[in-house]
Amino acid sequence: MSKFQKILSNLGLAGVFLAILFPGNDMFLQRGSVDWMVLVSGVILMMVGFAIVKSPAGKFLTLWLPGIVSFYAVTIILAELDKSTDFRSGFWLLLLGAWLLGWLFVERLSAIADTPDIVSLVRNIAIPVIFGLWLLLGWEVVVRGFDVPQVLLPPPSMIAARFAASTSILWADFKQTFLQAVLIGYFLGCGSGFLIAIVIDRSPFLRRGLLPIGNLVSALPIIGVAPIMVMWFGFDWQSKAAVVVVMTFFPMLVNTLAGLSAASNMQLDLMKTYGANYRQTLFKLRLPEALPFIFNALKINSTLALIGAIVAEFFGTPIVGMGFRISTEVGRMNVDMVWAEIAVAAVAGSAFYGVIALIERRLTFWHPSLRA
Amino acid sequence: MKIKAVASKIGPVVIVVAAIVALWYVGAVIMNTPWQKDMYQRAKVEWTTSQLIRDTLAQKRPVLPAPHQVLEEIYKTTVLKKITSKRSLIYHAWVTLSSTMLGFIIGTILGIVLAIGIVHNRALDKSLMPWVVSSQTIPILAIAPMIIVVLNAVGIQGLLPKAFISTYLSFFPVTVGMVKGLRSPELSHLDLMRTYSASQWQVLWKLRWPSSVPYLFTSMKIAIAAALVGAIVGELPTGAVEGLGARLLAGSYYGQTIQIWSALFMAAFMAGSLVALVGFANTYVLKRMGMAT
Amino acid sequence: MDDTSVIDINDLSLTFKTGDGDVHALSNIDLDVKPGEFVSLIGPSGCGKTTLLRTIADLEQPTAGDISVNGMSPHAARMSRAYGYVFQAAALYPWRTIARNVSLPLEIMGLDAATRQKRVAENLQLVNLEGFEKKFPWQLSGGMQQRASIARALAVEPDLLLMDEPFGALDEIVRDHLNEQLLKLWAKTNKTIIFVTHSIPEAVYLSSKIVVMSPRPGRIHEIIDSSLPRDRTLDIRETTEFHEIAHRVREGLRQGHSYED
Repeated sequence: MSKFQKILSNLGLAGVFLAILFPGNDMFLQRGSVDWMVLVSGVILMMVGFAIVKSPAGKFLTLWLPGIVSFYAVTIILAELDKSTDFRSGFWLLLLGAWLLGWLFVERLSAIADTPDIVSLVRNIAIPVIFGLWLLLGWEVVVRGFDVPQVLLPPPSMIAARFAASTSILWADFKQTFLQAVLIGYFLGCGSGFLIAIVIDRSPFLRRGLLPIGNLVSALPIIGVAPIMVMWFGFDWQSKAAVVVVMTFFPMLVNTLAGLSAASNMQLDLMKTYGANYRQTLFKLRLPEALPFIFNALKINSTLALIGAIVAEFFGTPIVGMGFRISTEVGRMNVDMVWAEIAVAAVAGSAFYGVIALIERRLTFWHPSLRA
Repeated sequence: MKIKAVASKIGPVVIVVAAIVALWYVGAVIMNTPWQKDMYQRAKVEWTTSQLIRDTLAQKRPVLPAPHQVLEEIYKTTVLKKITSKRSLIYHAWVTLSSTMLGFIIGTILGIVLAIGIVHNRALDKSLMPWVVSSQTIPILAIAPMIIVVLNAVGIQGLLPKAFISTYLSFFPVTVGMVKGLRSPELSHLDLMRTYSASQWQVLWKLRWPSSVPYLFTSMKIAIAAALVGAIVGELPTGAVEGLGARLLAGSYYGQTIQIWSALFMAAFMAGSLVALVGFANTYVLKRMGMAT
Repeated sequence: MDDTSVIDINDLSLTFKTGDGDVHALSNIDLDVKPGEFVSLIGPSGCGKTTLLRTIADLEQPTAGDISVNGMSPHAARMSRAYGYVFQAAALYPWRTIARNVSLPLEIMGLDAATRQKRVAENLQLVNLEGFEKKFPWQLSGGMQQRASIARALAVEPDLLLMDEPFGALDEIVRDHLNEQLLKLWAKTNKTIIFVTHSIPEAVYLSSKIVVMSPRPGRIHEIIDSSLPRDRTLDIRETTEFHEIAHRVREGLRQGHSYED
């Protein structure tokens, strides 16, 4: 056990044992501060805890004890949150302890060596999930405990409530922005970038002329064309899709061109010795070789597309759409609604990215970065 | 031989750019024609084709301004205006640039610190890294207006809120790139350090850090472009009056297409120069470290 | 032109134009290869042995001289799939299984599925890779990958096999084993093989004819006919006859190459 972990477990166990010793004790959790009785018993309990950890049964306990104790502490914290609005040092000590133990749990879970089985997979998913839940809990408790103004940062529970109460609005916005502007723009932009790259690739002159320009344009703040597109294509989703097309076109063009030149000379010579024609070389060698590059662009573009559509809505929309909702609700200081909308965007964005990453895994399983 | 090589590199680019400009003029004429014809009809003027072309390229609020109109506007608002003037494009560019740079610097430092933590701590790697990656699948720019408004509400104004957005956008590429870079030393090099029983910090300073420098510059190129986007979008909400983003917004409110395009050109120019600057720093540093020829 | 030659090269030269002036990769090459011969091209790096092989395969264009492969121009020979080419690396496609890699040239030739399947099975058996059809190349060892690439070259059923240092990247134990297998294959199929190498023992062990080349400009220094019997085992490398031929090759290399540069 590293020094760092020792300190973590000491502090964490101390805080939580104190709380367990006096569950629901008003003296401890709300009014007044920690008295000497509490301190002494805490120290004793801490020692007992260590004796357990050091014992032969400790191997199992060192891993799970922090997790179990921390979970128990969380239930106390949540109960307290609903009961009271005035929190004292004991409460914060408990939170700190629960947090430290949670971290210790994550540390120990991470320390287990990876194996190529399902247990390892579940663990590797569980670790960031636990970490994320802990962040949410910290957010909830800090915002409510310190009485942070809701305008600044509403607690997650409030956002969840708002989310549940306005699903129909959220769905309408999602349909307008994601299902129309984002998806249509994404397919048009990526598709045209891909096809034009294949055409350009046949002419070395065009490739040399367009590749530097494409690279430059990929680095430009293309999102700035949003006001122009709104002027050209009107307020509805078509103008947003146009922004998405422009934004996704260049990354796809540049990446596909790079991918098409990824095949090694040796492999090209091999196709030549078979007397393969252009189409055969393209479909059997160069396109498979370009797939990792193409997926790289597809992944980059999935994020760009959502950003493009939402930001374009800041420049004018009919009265529906995720970007429209965000900018108007911000104006009305309905921050919880904004956060609910952002949650939709986050889930949609992650899912979009995840689906593409999954397809990538299936199609480019042979690539060194993905080999099992 | 050398001149020939340079010419064969630049030649196609120049010709393609020329073709784009030519297409642009054609586009401008075509897109501006309906409005112009409308004008002629109202004024009951007889018109010739050459006159139509001349007029479509000289409208005040064209659907698509001609390149020379945009350049003229840029010249008027940069060279002919005092830098302190609110109508100077240089002034607005400076506002955007300063928050871009502030956000970029903070984001880069944050990214490096996170990467060092992730490389050295397995728990951080397993718990934080998935969130760092998924944080980018979230369209964070959507929060931009809220961050600006909310920070305004608690009294933080001006540079910081915008820089905050730039920071968020630029820390990610740096974190991911640096994690890769700090892990790039070969196993044999790491083993060599172990035979010296070097401490973690010594390994970091003498091996990991130097080997990560090329990765750092690659990710900084992406980060600075992202920081600029962040700053521009940060200027969109709440009717900000300064910065290139504000110029875009104002232009779109009043239909001043030439103003929009000139702001866009300026932003593009800035992005290009910033990325090029990082590129130059890259070659210089790598040369000094003996990693590039 | 000799009708019975598989390869007939007369006064062939190849000059690369580079930024630093002309490089004479091949100069005044004369070479005649008869059916069933095993010819090794040996020489130090820069002697043009790979370039010569690539010229035969129509991957490089000669600047002067005549060359015919199977009585045709190299281009016509390439388009009629007259030869199989094995590269230094296996160059298998990582997204195709071993079986589908071997079937790749057959797909390009437009053969039907049944024929393809039959030939894949035959040739994988020939290189002792039965049972690995469904594996991906990156799941196999380097020696097995190279065997698969030989099977792929054989699948075209060419009379001529062009091999460019095919075992150069493998360790000596694997290399010995593959050399032995290659000889067996040669005996079984009676193909004409042209084999580029920079290993003297390998050249002597395998070949019926050894072409010693020298650099700057790349040219043929000496052609040595091997007196070893066609039927050989690895033990032949311990005989005096083997050592004599190896000695002649070494002498030839030494004369053709000044070690100052």
